[in-house]
Amino acid sequence: MAAYRGHRMNPDKFDKGQIKIYLLVLPMVLLCGLPIIFIIFHAFKPMEELFAFPPKFITTHPTLDNFRKLMKASRAAGIPMSKYVFNSIFITVVVVAGSLLFSTMAAYSLSKLKFKGRELMMQINQIALMFVAVAVMIPRYLVVNKLGMIDTYWAEILPLIALPVSLFLIKQFVDQVPDSLIEAAYMDGAKEWQIYWKIIVPMIKPAIATAAILVFQQVWTNLETSNYYINDDSLKSLAFYMNTLTSTTTTNTVAGQGVAAAASLIMFLPNLILFCILQKNVMNTMAHSGIK
Amino acid sequence: MQTKSKVGNRMHSNKNGYLFVLPYALLFIIFILAPVVMAVILSFTNFNAIQFPRFVGFLNYINLLTSDEVFMKYVLPNTVKYALIVGVGGYILSFLLAWGLSNLTKAPRTVFALILYSPSMTTGVAMSVLWKIMFTGDQTGYLNSWLMDIGVINEPVIWLTNVDFLLPIVILIGLWSSMGVGFLSILAGLLNVDESLYEAAAIDGVKNRFQEMIYVTIPSMKPQMLFAAVMQIVGAFQNGTIASLLAGNPTPGYAAQLIVNHIEDYGFIRYEMGYAAAVSVVLLLIVQAFSVLSNRLFGERD
Repeated sequence: MAAYRGHRMNPDKFDKGQIKIYLLVLPMVLLCGLPIIFIIFHAFKPMEELFAFPPKFITTHPTLDNFRKLMKASRAAGIPMSKYVFNSIFITVVVVAGSLLFSTMAAYSLSKLKFKGRELMMQINQIALMFVAVAVMIPRYLVVNKLGMIDTYWAEILPLIALPVSLFLIKQFVDQVPDSLIEAAYMDGAKEWQIYWKIIVPMIKPAIATAAILVFQQVWTNLETSNYYINDDSLKSLAFYMNTLTSTTTTNTVAGQGVAAAASLIMFLPNLILFCILQKNVMNTMAHSGIK
Repeated sequence: MQTKSKVGNRMHSNKNGYLFVLPYALLFIIFILAPVVMAVILSFTNFNAIQFPRFVGFLNYINLLTSDEVFMKYVLPNTVKYALIVGVGGYILSFLLAWGLSNLTKAPRTVFALILYSPSMTTGVAMSVLWKIMFTGDQTGYLNSWLMDIGVINEPVIWLTNVDFLLPIVILIGLWSSMGVGFLSILAGLLNVDESLYEAAAIDGVKNRFQEMIYVTIPSMKPQMLFAAVMQIVGAFQNGTIASLLAGNPTPGYAAQLIVNHIEDYGFIRYEMGYAAAVSVVLLLIVQAFSVLSNRLFGERD
């Protein structure tokens, strides 16, 4: 036997040694993937297949019935589903845009501009990675209440804009931009905001894409804001509405399950699509994600 | 001195720095930092959300440790079990899977990574529907039907009210959604380890892939390991709320009551906010303890 020579990560082509790895990884891939595929099948099942006994995994006659029922259910409740869709899209767009703008600005500042308190700010943000949101739900509610934002869009937007993970990831990425580039632009008379907009932003696109995914996930599926800060049904989000449909009473009936599956598919798909489109950027950003 | 002031100024005290950081900092302070500070303060008070909080010293903490039977008998043991299996176990699982993937070619690796990551995208709504359907308590439930088919059980199990199965189910779901941001970070770290290190290590006597993992791979990606550890433990606790979505709060017989459910129970059901805040502080301390531990393991010491 030849001496061990060290193997290569990220191989270019398949070799027999990889079969072992496939055997190791595949069970978990199946365990993670099957439930998702199941939800997709379930959402398109017609009534007779939902009631089929024994229950079937695969849908043989796909139909949009469940989605139609989902639309009808909302009309019965007085507020059309389009209103929830509008609320969610509006809130999501504003939060993602605001979050990306503010985090990139802060990241540029914390990474490249020198001022007092900068290290401390970065450290506090790093500690904030550890704050479990549930733990501060109550005081957060008190803050939102005190600011008079209950029953306004503000309550669904402002609390979600600052996301420590996304600032952290973007800042790590800005660190990679060479100082010399900024110095040169500065010597040419560029203003701070020009450097930010014309040099930094174009160079950190992968990190921006990654942050976009993370923020999107936070907002799109967020239940906390609608649940606790909003009493007016017409201001609540799609996630909230979907959740009422999937509550215990409806999922207990077999017919309700199909509708619930359709609802959860609608909540899940945008996440998946966004991630698929941007996944290359994510890996690029994660390479710099370490805490030193 | 005067002539180089422009560049020099930029490097030392730049007021624009404050301007750029201000919008984020404001929102961060108002909605993240202030609530944490308030939680600490409220934990020393008796507060029912209507009357002004009344200072009670350490009473909430004393009650938590001495007279909260549910906490001591169910919540704490459940949380420890859950944190060890989903936090630590899920972290090791993430690492092993990422390591496996890094040894595959690009196309299957990308597809597998996407599949492994996808459960962590199905937060809240999607997750609870999925598992409710899977664990339906009569013979039409998928798990029941399947287990009866292969003869493991003879009659349907009412999974989500069964005291014996509830915690294992919550743990299983926790593990299922373990491969989140931390997993991606580890994978990226693995793919970026300097190849020449492996060759050098082989010359120095590293004999197999396992030794390579312990002596070369992990030490050279400590920062990613640390980031992933923090993400993992926070994610694990955050996902613990699934128990109340599946089985209500409190969970039947407190079988799957975790510390996060205990907070919800006291804060939003009983409106004993001071007490709930004390439990929140304990949760934050537990997470902090885990991160100190991870720092010991993976922190870069100068």
